[in-house]
Amino acid sequence: MSHKTLINIGPFHPLQEEAEFFQLYVEGERVVDMDVRISYNHRGIEKLDESKTFDQVPFVVERVCGICSASHPLAYIQAVEDIAHVQVPERALYLRTIVNELERIHSHLLWVGLGGHFLGYNTVFMWAWKYREPILDALEVSTGSRVNYANCKIGGVRRDMTDEQLADIDRICAEAFGPIEMLTHAVIDDPVLHARLKGVGVLTKADARAYGANGPTGRGSGLAIDVRRDDPYAAYDRIDWEMMVQDSGDVFAKAAVRLLETLEAIKIIRQCVKDIPGGEIDAKVEHIPPGEAIGHVEAPRGETFHYVRSDGSNYPVRHKVRAPSYVNVPTFKASCIGSEIADVAITLASVDPCYSCTERMCTAVDADSGKPMYDFAELVRLSQAKTERIRKQV
Amino acid sequence: MTDAVTTTGTQVPLKGFVGEVLAGLSDAVTAVEQCDERRGMARIDPERVVEVAERMFALDGSRLATCTGLDVRDGIDVLYHWAIEPPGVVITLKALAAGPDLTLDSIANVLPAANWIEREMHDLLGANFRNHPDMRRLILDDSWPEGVHPLRKDFDQVRDRPPLPPVPPAPEQEGQV
Repeated sequence: MSHKTLINIGPFHPLQEEAEFFQLYVEGERVVDMDVRISYNHRGIEKLDESKTFDQVPFVVERVCGICSASHPLAYIQAVEDIAHVQVPERALYLRTIVNELERIHSHLLWVGLGGHFLGYNTVFMWAWKYREPILDALEVSTGSRVNYANCKIGGVRRDMTDEQLADIDRICAEAFGPIEMLTHAVIDDPVLHARLKGVGVLTKADARAYGANGPTGRGSGLAIDVRRDDPYAAYDRIDWEMMVQDSGDVFAKAAVRLLETLEAIKIIRQCVKDIPGGEIDAKVEHIPPGEAIGHVEAPRGETFHYVRSDGSNYPVRHKVRAPSYVNVPTFKASCIGSEIADVAITLASVDPCYSCTERMCTAVDADSGKPMYDFAELVRLSQAKTERIRKQV
Repeated sequence: MTDAVTTTGTQVPLKGFVGEVLAGLSDAVTAVEQCDERRGMARIDPERVVEVAERMFALDGSRLATCTGLDVRDGIDVLYHWAIEPPGVVITLKALAAGPDLTLDSIANVLPAANWIEREMHDLLGANFRNHPDMRRLILDDSWPEGVHPLRKDFDQVRDRPPLPPVPPAPEQEGQV
């Protein structure tokens, strides 16, 4: 008779940035079923937005996520601009693109660093976070903040960039390209990582589509979808860039998509700096008429989707926010079941779940025996030990 | 309460790719509210949401982006947002979960992408989904009272906030006097 063991991950743990509660059912070393419980820190932002004016909402929604803090306001703003039929000035579109791509670089590098740590590659962690730092500096110089840039507004952007600032962003990106390219090759060409990540946590294309997965999670499974290309916003249709798609659906494919996208983002920013036209940055919107519209934006983790409804007053009647992790997290059900426990930590991390950054501590105890069980730190140690075994064999 | 279910724009002409998709659903569509190059919005027969979801998912490159629940005068309006890529359009199909039981058929059995969002609409707005595979709470805490739906228009964040659950007694420390 088979013996099933229950492993709890969460809800609160210092290695998990947010409260999420995964329960793995394990037979021997194999995961046979899992369950997830979310929303330990639900902040009621949709309800809160109904009491904010249209102009105040962007400052609330950029706090949905510290890392997607350019994407969420932009998705909301595009929905409102659709209701009010606003023609946004060209220069503002380019400025929006620059900030959104800088955000993508810093988010992807953060993920590559954490992924490296989970696998026991702490050099990758140090490198990725070192190369991320100048990008944050560029954001701070041009928008005033390393996160929560408050750069977009309905009708345009709030703050122009001077020629010196644009030249500075171009220089930082040019200098970052070489090291990030080196890091990309170091990861993609590493025989140990090939052995460790290929075939791990596979999400098939059919499953990805059924769960509505998108962003690097979907593109790593061969779903060739990207809002920037499919439903172009900002200046993406004026720029020459490529969408990164990998077919294998494993953790390696998702890592490769993110690294290659980082290089692509640098190209996009440098073209924007070169091509940016002069002129106004704000269409000066005065009234939002009654109506309803959706806006969506390709955030670093996937599509962020907003629905806004206006009744002609100063306040939105309804504002729906759907972050990319809401559709990417449930794919664990398709990618984790059947895998080894040592692969769970990196598979969970491979969709880059978007966390609201609360760190607390709790010990998971086996319900039957009362003994302390595996926790997430233990899973990371298992994951690192497996890499070490492969490294010795290769 | 917001305004009633929208009925304007029933004469919107069907054109382009969005028009083709909506024309393909014409037997289930009761009113077309928007049909542009990149966006479509239509009201569908609430009795046929599962069939419509199956037909939409059968289209090439379609995915359910998410759903939105709206508290309107006649019930809960459920908006199914479908993205079709390429060509990159978003089509919103609306179905009203009418009172008093506010029930629609669940599409989560044919589409796993709808599983969480239907649970969320059940928690926050009190819409019910018939035959949902797993209607446990997703957003609300287990201690939250039944029948209180915080995203309803008549819910006041200050006045209607339920009391916090009682704190369990602290375990007795060893060696305590």
